[in-house]
Amino acid sequence: MAKVTVDGIEVEVPNGVSVLQACEAAGKEIPRFCYHERLSVAGNCRMCLVEVEKAPKPIASCAYPVADGMKVFTDSPMVRNGRRGVMEFLLINHPLDCPICDQGGECDLQDQAVAFGGDASRYREEKRAVKDKYLGPLVKTIMNRCIQCTRCVRFATEVAGVPELGATNRGENMEIGTYVEKALTTELSGNLIDICPVGALTSRPYAYVSRPWELRKTDSVDVLDATGTNIRVDARAGEVLRILPRTNDDVNEEWMADRGRFAFDGLKRRRLDRPWVRQNGKLKPASWAEAFTAIAAGIKGRKIGAVAGELADAEATVALRDLMAALGSNHLECRTDGAAIDASRRDFYTFNTGIAGIEEADALLIIGSNPRLEAPVINARIRKRVATGGIPVGFIGPRGLNLTYAQDWLGEGGATLSALVGGQHRFNEVLRAAKRPMLILGRGALARPDGAAVLAAAWQVAAQNGMLQADWHGFNLLHQFGGQVAPLDLGFTTGIPADIEALWLLGAEVPAAVPEGAFVIYQGHHGEAGAARADVILPGAAYTEKDATWVNTEGRVQRGRLAVYPPGEAREDWKILRAASEVLGIRLPYDSMDGVRARLVEANPVFGGPGFAPHGCTDLAGPVGDVGGVAEAAFASSIHNYWQADVISRASATMAECARTYLPQAAE
Amino acid sequence: MDAELSTATEFPQPESFSFDEESLKAIETIVKRYPPGKQASAVIPLLYVVQRQMKRSTGSAWVPNKGMDAVAERLGMAPIRVYEVATFYFMFNMKPIGKHHLQVCATTPCWLRGSDEVSRACRDAGKLGGWGQTSEDKMFTLSEVECLGGCVNAPILQVDDDYYEDMDYESTVRLIEALRRGERPAPGSVIGRQTSAPEGGPQTLLDVPGE
Repeated sequence: MAKVTVDGIEVEVPNGVSVLQACEAAGKEIPRFCYHERLSVAGNCRMCLVEVEKAPKPIASCAYPVADGMKVFTDSPMVRNGRRGVMEFLLINHPLDCPICDQGGECDLQDQAVAFGGDASRYREEKRAVKDKYLGPLVKTIMNRCIQCTRCVRFATEVAGVPELGATNRGENMEIGTYVEKALTTELSGNLIDICPVGALTSRPYAYVSRPWELRKTDSVDVLDATGTNIRVDARAGEVLRILPRTNDDVNEEWMADRGRFAFDGLKRRRLDRPWVRQNGKLKPASWAEAFTAIAAGIKGRKIGAVAGELADAEATVALRDLMAALGSNHLECRTDGAAIDASRRDFYTFNTGIAGIEEADALLIIGSNPRLEAPVINARIRKRVATGGIPVGFIGPRGLNLTYAQDWLGEGGATLSALVGGQHRFNEVLRAAKRPMLILGRGALARPDGAAVLAAAWQVAAQNGMLQADWHGFNLLHQFGGQVAPLDLGFTTGIPADIEALWLLGAEVPAAVPEGAFVIYQGHHGEAGAARADVILPGAAYTEKDATWVNTEGRVQRGRLAVYPPGEAREDWKILRAASEVLGIRLPYDSMDGVRARLVEANPVFGGPGFAPHGCTDLAGPVGDVGGVAEAAFASSIHNYWQADVISRASATMAECARTYLPQAAE
Repeated sequence: MDAELSTATEFPQPESFSFDEESLKAIETIVKRYPPGKQASAVIPLLYVVQRQMKRSTGSAWVPNKGMDAVAERLGMAPIRVYEVATFYFMFNMKPIGKHHLQVCATTPCWLRGSDEVSRACRDAGKLGGWGQTSEDKMFTLSEVECLGGCVNAPILQVDDDYYEDMDYESTVRLIEALRRGERPAPGSVIGRQTSAPEGGPQTLLDVPGE
């Protein structure tokens, strides 16, 4: 530890930290542009100057290590003068276009120019002009504004793992870009917008849309992948205008995947905003009362079941379960992709190591998953672990995938998994040598006929290779959407029998095995095949339009909050179910959100707590499944088109453009 | 360096680039100089290899994008890291140049000794408009460069890889006309100076014992 005095305040900080961090520990604000705590130190903006006793000139505090007994001054005349000078230089080539700049109002340069800059410019010469660069459909560039802090270059190289951005030329002619024009091939490009301290990189869909002070900000949770990214929904006049990540070191740090960030324009398109009832084979607009009456008539005396879709919230799911129970049905399903998930124990279907736990792992085996497409933020965490610790990563799946880190390709499919179960594979040695090995099993690997066997085999690999310890749980199932775990917690796994006569779909597509004549109720916010097949459509609320509980792939219970009201006659989903129960004459016993949540905790106590905490595993007994029954077939991730993987993103124009850009062969 | 020299888009880039036999041999020697795992250090010498190969095969010494990609692949680097290096150093021509690259040193010692005359002679005899331009017959490209380290024999005109020293207007014109005829005058001082000794011959160390 080193004792450092900052402006007379004595703080003790670990050896090796920077002066800037010591100043922060003392509660002093240090202006900065290039320094970012999650990126490497560049030390090129010079804004973080401080004075150190006995040093002849101001030092860049971000790149200067502390020494015991150091005396730092953050507000001396020398410091103020130095920062004013740096600011004057930064502004020499920065255009004064704040009134039309999208960063205006939340711009580091603006704020720090006011706080630390001078009051006038002495520069009378010509400013330089830089050509704008094309970085893809999501990030808009106005390169005149760039102050060359290189945060974007470091983010792309270090966090996103796509070294495609760089600083070409030099001196006055230095430019940030890809040099050979191309769209950045990353699912994390939106974060470039957040880390850019000026308005050089801004959101293309959000261009000229709004000012930050006009927005109503609502803390919520992203559900478009299973990471459970903490988000802030910015809305104005009942319309979501942008979504930003919130910092949560246990989940997403401060990053966010592009689909969650940019797909929200799908919330305005192809919405179900009123009830529909099928009459004489055609769907006709109806009132809520007519819809409920039609349901009461349609399901009367029929064998009914319920399916929860991939974006179903916990409140609606528990209400649906109660409704089914009141109707005397126990036919519940949520594994719409056919994944053979065994929900008898929670650690069979969650990401037990935890996302933050990845940083403790010292060996990783990925089975049938492409984490880069299924959960880009979790993939960034894996990359961080590989980049800092150089841990071995074994991969079973398609050959030659670019996961942004080096992986040891072990094989394509079941045969390799079976070899690992046998313990004779070369990667068994690696796993056995590790102290904290973990594996990630993709949900896609379970969505095949031998899914149960794959699950059992993966568990056995975990059990036999030291992944299950009293204080370490290295077995992880990676889900794909934010609504996939809650229904598992609520027992939506009893299955739909083939002779079902009526079905209540909560945002789910019609299961393949449903007979022709079955009466189908579709409740959801976007209508695709499920709505087209439905006899009654009940318009529900999307994740930004309701207070709801979501469970991420770790099993972490998080609350999303209503940011805007659902469109038209659409309502919060549990309320729809509660209202329907009234008409069906089996009134559900809760009338308020508190009531539903109390019921939720009663149904499964995990909903009463955080849902996830680092845990070990002592019961090595595995899920049901014949370990020997793993077929040789190759594993494939079930997400091929990252940009259009869910109903919301399929309705989004922004995501359609991404798909056209990045997947020209998949575009319609 | 003129900013125009480094923009990547306004002229045709070759469709592909692969190292020829001579380059491959050179690369093998160069890469061996660096310890295992540090092959990326060879990026600058390899860019020279690309530039020389382009000179051999097309007559114009420049580094095309595909050439940088080839270097990146050979050294296991991200292509952008090679682009950064190549665009940083003005010794790498990022667009096609003339057959001969006339590089006039215009740093203070050469300037004091008359580099303005040298560049004027280049413009007149080479039919060049100005810095960074290539003559219409694609024979010459004129660049202003910083100190070439030959100040004692200033002014210096570097043609491709050769230094011509003690230049003035007339000798520059003669040199350029010789180049145009396809001759290659011997590099070095054009006034017959012995290395960097004073004009007319050495004046010290004349009586070294034993010689």
